[in-house]
Amino acid sequence: MNTLDIPKLEKIASQVRRDIVRMVHAVQSGHPGASLGCTEYFVSMYFHIMQHNKNFSPMGKGEDLFFLSNGHISPVWYSTLARSGYFEVSELATFRKLDSRLQGHPATEENLPGIRIASGSLGQGLSAAIGAAQAKKLDKDDRFTYVLMGDGELQEGQVWEAAMYAAHHKVDNLIASVDFNGQQIDGPTVEVMDLKDIKAKWEAFGWEVVESNGNDFSSLIETIEKAQKLKGNGKPILNLMRTEMGQGIDFMVGTHKWHGVAPNDEQLASALSQLEETLGDY
Amino acid sequence: MTKFTYTEKKDTRSGFGAGLLALGQKNENVVALCADLIGSLKMGDFKKEFPERFYQVGIAEANMIGLASGMAIGGKIPFTGTFANFSTGRVYDQIRQSVAYSEKNVKICASHAGLTLGEDGATHQILEDIGLMKMLPNMTVINPCDYNQTKAATIALADHQGPAYLRFGRPSWPIFTPDDQEFEIGKAWQMTEGTDVTIFATGHMVWQAVEAEAILAEKGISVELINIHTIKPLDVDAILKSVAKTGCVVTAEEHQRNGGLGDSVAQTLALNNPSPIEMVAVNDSFGESGTPMQLMEKYGLTPTDIVNAVEKVIARK
Repeated sequence: MNTLDIPKLEKIASQVRRDIVRMVHAVQSGHPGASLGCTEYFVSMYFHIMQHNKNFSPMGKGEDLFFLSNGHISPVWYSTLARSGYFEVSELATFRKLDSRLQGHPATEENLPGIRIASGSLGQGLSAAIGAAQAKKLDKDDRFTYVLMGDGELQEGQVWEAAMYAAHHKVDNLIASVDFNGQQIDGPTVEVMDLKDIKAKWEAFGWEVVESNGNDFSSLIETIEKAQKLKGNGKPILNLMRTEMGQGIDFMVGTHKWHGVAPNDEQLASALSQLEETLGDY
Repeated sequence: MTKFTYTEKKDTRSGFGAGLLALGQKNENVVALCADLIGSLKMGDFKKEFPERFYQVGIAEANMIGLASGMAIGGKIPFTGTFANFSTGRVYDQIRQSVAYSEKNVKICASHAGLTLGEDGATHQILEDIGLMKMLPNMTVINPCDYNQTKAATIALADHQGPAYLRFGRPSWPIFTPDDQEFEIGKAWQMTEGTDVTIFATGHMVWQAVEAEAILAEKGISVELINIHTIKPLDVDAILKSVAKTGCVVTAEEHQRNGGLGDSVAQTLALNNPSPIEMVAVNDSFGESGTPMQLMEKYGLTPTDIVNAVEKVIARK
């Protein structure tokens, strides 16, 4: 594990956020809101938490595996993968364009390093992650499997099929996270389809739930490291991670309005003025 | 000419169960998942022999497909088992995104396909599954005809890389193919040689076509019977070669006419060698409760229906 260097992680996050808004602006499509909200999570995972090899092996034996279930936040994943060396950062300029490996939603068909399964149609990533975690158990591979879901995504029934299964089969080498930003396309989740007590729901399904502030590196990393120590307890682990959609850009923060909307030229300039260019724009 | 006959009947799903057990013994990467239908899918022997590689999923088919895709990422060869309806229509989007588009080596194994499921009725008698599956890019679609061929197909699937759909059924059915047959995915099997008409049949309808062939032989009609166990990829060369000789075609399947084997054959002929074709299939209708044989008769899937179709298509030549 790397020594924890939060200022370094903050610098990477600032660059990732610049990448996100620039990518989405360039094609005037994509999903900036939750990408910005999950930036600390992705940077933590790829630059501190996970043991992973940038020389990508789809099977990932002996490595931690990561699955993104809410595939629409592909900009933050693509930027993080590129910034951690999976592919050239210049390739970010191809996002959502014809013949690109950076599809609107993550896909394997184009063999983009870092992606193991397509996602976008919601509710499927947890199942796949559980299957991959069980394959690790069969192989006596003691690394973790991680998966990220959106909170709106919890409205999909398959998530709860998977939740029930993982507890029943004691899949305790899995750390799932929920991006709890309280927003979805049509508005706040409490208005669209109230998730009520998310923590109690997961606990009732037999999961160990830990809570974190997903926009605070020390809270997030401390929580996930705590979760790692729960491995072997016979229970799958859920990190309920409070985030703000649009975090890091004053006019985007805390609203569902930027779920799937791209900034115009003026808005881009304003966003970039709030984010330090730390690693060089692509 | 080889005449096909039988001394024993068995369900094709038992062929799947036997094939799966054999695979467990020879390939340690094979894992099995079942959605609360171990007995119906004949997966009990595998479960007993390899409990650590067997996963009970409960009544949660969508999750089962996702789990299988994740296990395939880890290098396992997952075989999922449930009824054909719940293997396809219920989980179409999961198969589309997590298996077919993601090119995962998942084998979707489906029992109780078609009308011959019988008394449970139309809710369970899926007649659209071949169409649903063959439309998906990257998907292989196999519908074997008897116990032996289902066992052979199951075993062959473990050596095949990529998504596949294996369709079989519930009723006791004649075993008329050899127990030591080689199963080559995508390779049609010419069962009889003939000159007047080609019958392309799949699944349980192959036996119906064998019986029809005997009736037609007595009437002096020479039938080339071809067993299309693999609907996708379709053996286009075998189809065109036979039709070049016979000049007309009957297809036979326990499936909707729309989207089934008949559609695939008709498309092949239309593009390459337009020829008269008749399709023995269910015609835009749901099934209902009844015994398998009553249903085959009511919905027009008997040897007599094939004979009538052959006479009709020959008259159109």
